[in-house]
Amino acid sequence: MGQYLLKRLLIAIPSILGISVILFTVLALAPGDPFEELATNPNVPAEVREMLRQKFGLDDPVAIRYFRWLAAMAQGDFGFSFASRIDVGDLIMQRLPTTLIIIGLAQLIALAIALPVGVYAATRPYSIFDQIASTFAFVGFSLPPFFTGLLLILVFSIQFDWLPFVYRADIEATGWRWFWEHVRQAIMPVSVLALFLAASLTRYVRSSVLDVIRLDYVTTARAKGLGERVVITKHVVRNALIPVVTLVFLQLPALFGGAIVTEQIFRIPGIGSLLISSILANDTPVVMAVTFVSAILVVLFNLIADILYGWLDPRISYG
Amino acid sequence: MDEKALRGLIVNVKDGKLSRRSFVEQMIALGLTAPMASQMLAFSGVPAKAAEDRFQYKPTKRGGGGALKLLWWQGPTLLNPHFAVGTKDQDATRIFYEPLAGWDPDGELFPVLAAEIPSRENGGLAADGKSVTWKLKRDVQWHDGKPFTADDVVFTWQYTSDPASACYTLGTYKDVKVEKVDDFTVKVLFEKPTPFWADALVGARGMIIPKHLFAEYAGGKSRDAPTNLKPVGTGPYKFVDFKPGDMLRGEINSSYHIANRPHFDTVEMKGGGDAVSAARAIIQSGEFDFAWNMQVEDEILQRLEKGGKGRAMITASGNIEHIQLNSTDPWTEVDGERANAKTKHPLLTDKAVRQALGMLVDRASVQEHIYGRTGLATGNFLNNPERFRSKNTTWEFNIDKANQVLEAAGWKKGSDGIRAKDGKKLKFVFQSSINTPRQKTQAIVKQACQKAGIDLELKSVTASVFFSSDVANPDTYTKFYCDIQMYTTTMTQPDAGTFMNQFTTAEFATKENKWQGRNITRWSNEEYDQLYKASEGELDPVKRATMFIRMNDLACGDHAVIPVVYRPRTAAISNKMKADISGWDTDLGNLKEWYREG
Repeated sequence: MGQYLLKRLLIAIPSILGISVILFTVLALAPGDPFEELATNPNVPAEVREMLRQKFGLDDPVAIRYFRWLAAMAQGDFGFSFASRIDVGDLIMQRLPTTLIIIGLAQLIALAIALPVGVYAATRPYSIFDQIASTFAFVGFSLPPFFTGLLLILVFSIQFDWLPFVYRADIEATGWRWFWEHVRQAIMPVSVLALFLAASLTRYVRSSVLDVIRLDYVTTARAKGLGERVVITKHVVRNALIPVVTLVFLQLPALFGGAIVTEQIFRIPGIGSLLISSILANDTPVVMAVTFVSAILVVLFNLIADILYGWLDPRISYG
Repeated sequence: MDEKALRGLIVNVKDGKLSRRSFVEQMIALGLTAPMASQMLAFSGVPAKAAEDRFQYKPTKRGGGGALKLLWWQGPTLLNPHFAVGTKDQDATRIFYEPLAGWDPDGELFPVLAAEIPSRENGGLAADGKSVTWKLKRDVQWHDGKPFTADDVVFTWQYTSDPASACYTLGTYKDVKVEKVDDFTVKVLFEKPTPFWADALVGARGMIIPKHLFAEYAGGKSRDAPTNLKPVGTGPYKFVDFKPGDMLRGEINSSYHIANRPHFDTVEMKGGGDAVSAARAIIQSGEFDFAWNMQVEDEILQRLEKGGKGRAMITASGNIEHIQLNSTDPWTEVDGERANAKTKHPLLTDKAVRQALGMLVDRASVQEHIYGRTGLATGNFLNNPERFRSKNTTWEFNIDKANQVLEAAGWKKGSDGIRAKDGKKLKFVFQSSINTPRQKTQAIVKQACQKAGIDLELKSVTASVFFSSDVANPDTYTKFYCDIQMYTTTMTQPDAGTFMNQFTTAEFATKENKWQGRNITRWSNEEYDQLYKASEGELDPVKRATMFIRMNDLACGDHAVIPVVYRPRTAAISNKMKADISGWDTDLGNLKEWYREG
């Protein structure tokens, strides 16, 4: 096991380095200039832009810039944002709590819906309940968040005027009112995301449970005279959840990456909106940092999922 | 001008069809003095200027207005006014910092940190046009309690004129000198007579920064100043908190230097999202009070306005959506560049073709069906301030006449319906940036051209490429490797100086200047060049305005450019809000006067 872990970690290093090279080169070669606005403004002399490019080391060859970035990165320094002229690390830390709350809540709620619904639907396949659940699941993942988001805004903000649709990270209130305001503004974005996640997860749980429920050992358990409840919770669900755990773990890096579309619609100051505005402003250090950290998290959670697999299913061994 | 015409004009002023200012200017052009013209108006029953004050601040005490909630769909990212090249950042910094003077909606100056606007009468303007003396307001304090003096003004110039500071305002300050006369007087010195003297220390580029906080960080260390992120200014609101791209918060400055102002207790500027939903948050749900830059089709705005809590606010500015005709040959490479200045366009050099194209742009339909209130049909390139607007130009949409003009010039229709002469067919490539209104306009023009036997191939380029300065990309608007193109040129100042250099020969965009030159059509005209040169030294504002009008007439009359619509600034505002906005300054340029009605 220890050896396996070491091997996997060693394999991860070149893949992360490879990812960083590709990301850096693509961003360096992409059209666009962070100081574009300076170039198109007739009142700004060209030397201002040149001075800034020089200050930020943009005129050096790509290879040199890459190694400079890598050296700083190794020391935990993400660099300096062109657009806001502050450390990228600070920018990300400002956005992280909101992202964690919104995406984390959405994932928890999605799980809380998908697990019971999926399991129950699988135990009674093609029943009325299963039909309804399946219909909702299909509707759920066929409707993109930008549609459901706008729909919710039109109904609950514009029509009924119940919920605000501009998310504010810092609310000037204390105690229960502070809590209530946060809940109120989180309802719509969290439900949009949760609906979307829950839909696909429900289908996944259902098919996974269906696979297991037909196996001989389940029939044996029933033949032993065990109650249905015990058969389902102890014998079926445990085994059926193994692939679901992997899926959930692979979704966790999204906690960091944020949800670009939903964040834009509700103006949530999360990592997703930071990423998209940085891309639009050609603010490469920020884009680089966000995409690179996401890449590391994906690699890491893949590893964790693989290890969990072995723990959940003793038949799998790591030689 | 005879008496009848004069009386007609006065009636127009009475009815509000003609502004008081342009009446006075016309009288001055006739040789009358301004006071005489004012007297004429007063005699005819038109109230004097003070009474027709365009914006009145009603609150009688400071504060008590609650929270002012602003929504900027691109949030501000930095708070040093001299790094703030984007309008979003200029708006944000203007909450805290102030210039000596700002621009009002008519393109006239009003004092902020200055005690008065310099003029010849008060001795502020030198007769030779080489210096201007500003008297500063006394008893103004920085937010940290330190007094504001002439030293801060001089320091602002030192800071910005140092190339190492990398301020975007360098162009405004590098060729002037600012001298301290006494603690509350400064003198701006120019190298040569300068008719437009109100660039340095005025408006968005003129915000004064505190010497005691920035002195250590001038030059190469400019980006390390802590005050870059925690502004300390003289403005109506004090800084509280800032999260780049997301949220900026401020609170009332209780020792502000103007009595009873500001009205609001706190101000917040939320960033992010898109223009349409920002319009919704103001006009429909009323969650916010004001949103900038409504790049939303007027049709949508009107729909939102029905029964809403807010409305669209339209402010005149000089931005012009126009069609450029290439004077050079974009399809042949000479000296390593296409559209080289030495070449001539094979078809567009024929004036009849340009004239016909001008008649094939259905401006009225473009205004009515595409832009609505946010784009007004015009035959002028230079539209605002009103004193620069030419009355000599006309435009018409007339397919028959275009056909006649082309026929007369020898362009005959071939079997495919496309006109040709000497084996050359009237086929053009017409490019623009990707933007729904532009593609709709392109389609309208193409349709009309088809009926006149001109074949247009439409091309649209992603905005981020089209407007980039990427030297390696052939599709940028400054390269203009194409026959015809359309976009909006912005006018950043109420003076036409930097705006009208777009047709001077000296400003040709070429490979040599990395296509940074401003003359993109590469149209050249001797009279225009001479006029422009003369305008740079002409100190008489009326004569200078006449010159700009003549320049506009030359460029438009020769069809170097086909103006389509001029585009006022559009914002969304709550019905209860009273905001003073000028198209010649940042939206928050006069924030101190904003208030909410009961």
